Amino acid sequence: MNSIFKLLLQRLALGLLSLFAVSVIIFLAVGMLPGDIAQAMLGQSATAETVAAFRAQLGLDVPPLTRFVQWIWQLLQGDLGVSLANQRPIAELIGTRLGNTLSLAALAALVSVPLALVLGMLAALYRNSWFDRLLNTSALSAVSFPEFFVAYLLILLFSVKLGWFPSISNLAPDASFGTVLERSVLPVATLSLVVIAQMMRMTRASLINLLASPYIEMARLKGISQSRIIFRHALPNALAPIVNVVALNLAYLVVGVVVVEVVFVYPGLGQLLVDSVAKRDIPVVQACSLIFAATYILLNTTADVLSIASNPRLMHPKG
Amino acid sequence: MSLLKELARAPLSAKFGILVIVVYILVALFAPALAPYGETEVVGEGFAPWSGQFLLGTDNLGRDMFSRLVYGARNTLGIAFLTTVLAFLLGGFCGLIAAIKGGGVDQGLSRVVDILMAIPQLIFALLILSVVGTTATSLVLVIALLDATRVFRLSRAVAMNVVVQDFVEAARLRGEGLWWLVTREVLPNAAAPLIAEFGLRFCFVFLFISALSFLGLGIQPPTADWGGMVRDNAVLITFGDISPLLPALAVALITVSVNFVVDWMLHKSSGLKEC
Repeated sequence: MNSIFKLLLQRLALGLLSLFAVSVIIFLAVGMLPGDIAQAMLGQSATAETVAAFRAQLGLDVPPLTRFVQWIWQLLQGDLGVSLANQRPIAELIGTRLGNTLSLAALAALVSVPLALVLGMLAALYRNSWFDRLLNTSALSAVSFPEFFVAYLLILLFSVKLGWFPSISNLAPDASFGTVLERSVLPVATLSLVVIAQMMRMTRASLINLLASPYIEMARLKGISQSRIIFRHALPNALAPIVNVVALNLAYLVVGVVVVEVVFVYPGLGQLLVDSVAKRDIPVVQACSLIFAATYILLNTTADVLSIASNPRLMHPKG
Repeated sequence: MSLLKELARAPLSAKFGILVIVVYILVALFAPALAPYGETEVVGEGFAPWSGQFLLGTDNLGRDMFSRLVYGARNTLGIAFLTTVLAFLLGGFCGLIAAIKGGGVDQGLSRVVDILMAIPQLIFALLILSVVGTTATSLVLVIALLDATRVFRLSRAVAMNVVVQDFVEAARLRGEGLWWLVTREVLPNAAAPLIAEFGLRFCFVFLFISALSFLGLGIQPPTADWGGMVRDNAVLITFGDISPLLPALAVALITVSVNFVVDWMLHKSSGLKEC
């Protein structure tokens, strides 16, 4: 039991370390521009005073180390700074959008994870049948489609031709739960389609790998039914890779949200990020990147921890 | 001759993939000859319907859709190819060096890559592009750097298996230099998985650039680019017109094709029949 705790602690420490490294990189990104960022952003025609004022606003007149400590300290207190574009506090800009993005990703996860696992198991169970081939080919295609293609196809089909769902998912702050749900259908479907394909392929692959091992052969020779072999014998051992795949895809989901939000004009964090990059509103970009990166690292670390915790060989070490 | 025989025995999906790839390359090479109008030439009213004069109609500014689609093949494929090559040169070379040198070099490079990979690629790219601005050069360099991390992982892992073999040891004892070890001993034995990876990486880079262009942060107008074309003309979709989807379809078709071919190559080189 001791060794597994050590392993878990190592993973957590690694996660914290990468979070720290990421925050350093995000912080330093501003300083990466050759020359002076204030000058570059204001253009050649800016007077010396405006450049100086802008530098002071960005905090560039203080040494980097002090600036970094200050930035982290304010972050920890929930103060994300002020947007350059409209002078509003970033925490206010992000507030509801973060909730919107998380609920979109959570809905997509709720739809895609069970569906992907069931499809993957079915494909493994009936492998090399026409059903498996069909699933495999469509999964391979879905993986290679750009997200905006899938999104617009769904819009064309379900909102323009059939008129079932709205093509735009802009949400009023006081929208009822039903409206929110109706408007989220197409974005959630787009996100789900992309991750289901990945998860399904990996579930199938890890199950098929297991089915080739000797103890499954033994179970088969004993005359156990195919479905019992899958659910009772193979699945518990396939759990570790599957859990890992699920967590990795959820991490992917958090990032994939960006394009989908732009297509559907969904008021989330991704859209804010893209708008801010276009406007070069660097404090907002920093804050959004940090949130996305932190979520990503959190999910990746969870994937590692879970795959250790669900590995029977590590949970019950010999001797 | 054996290559042709190999091709003849390939599954239908791989044949289809190769055909599509060849067509795309031809279109990209002979774009000016194929396109009836210039890349940025305004030839008529905006959003004109399909007709004999404008094969696929015109876009939001009145440029010929078909011509831009043809030029888009050249721009998007060219930039994606260049980026992938750069990523492979950088990542592949560093990976091989890390595997051969080992010790401190390996540790140092691997940790840097670990940290770079801890940040989601799209977010990282957006962060850097917001600082350095969205030009084609910075786009290529940023994506090549980010993608090199993935190539590094693979080439290091593959090379690790090669460097422990006796013939590498023998070459070392002969006193061969690093360049010889990389190019004559390790690379030839690590080529097969790296070539397959090149295909997959190309798809990834291609989708990535299209997504960035679609977000308005990739290849900048007026250069014709498939991602940007979808963005510019997306309004038409709400009227049930499918022409804005054609560039997206073009992106999807090439990535599916490359995936089919890579799938076949991996299947062949692994020598395994799927059970």
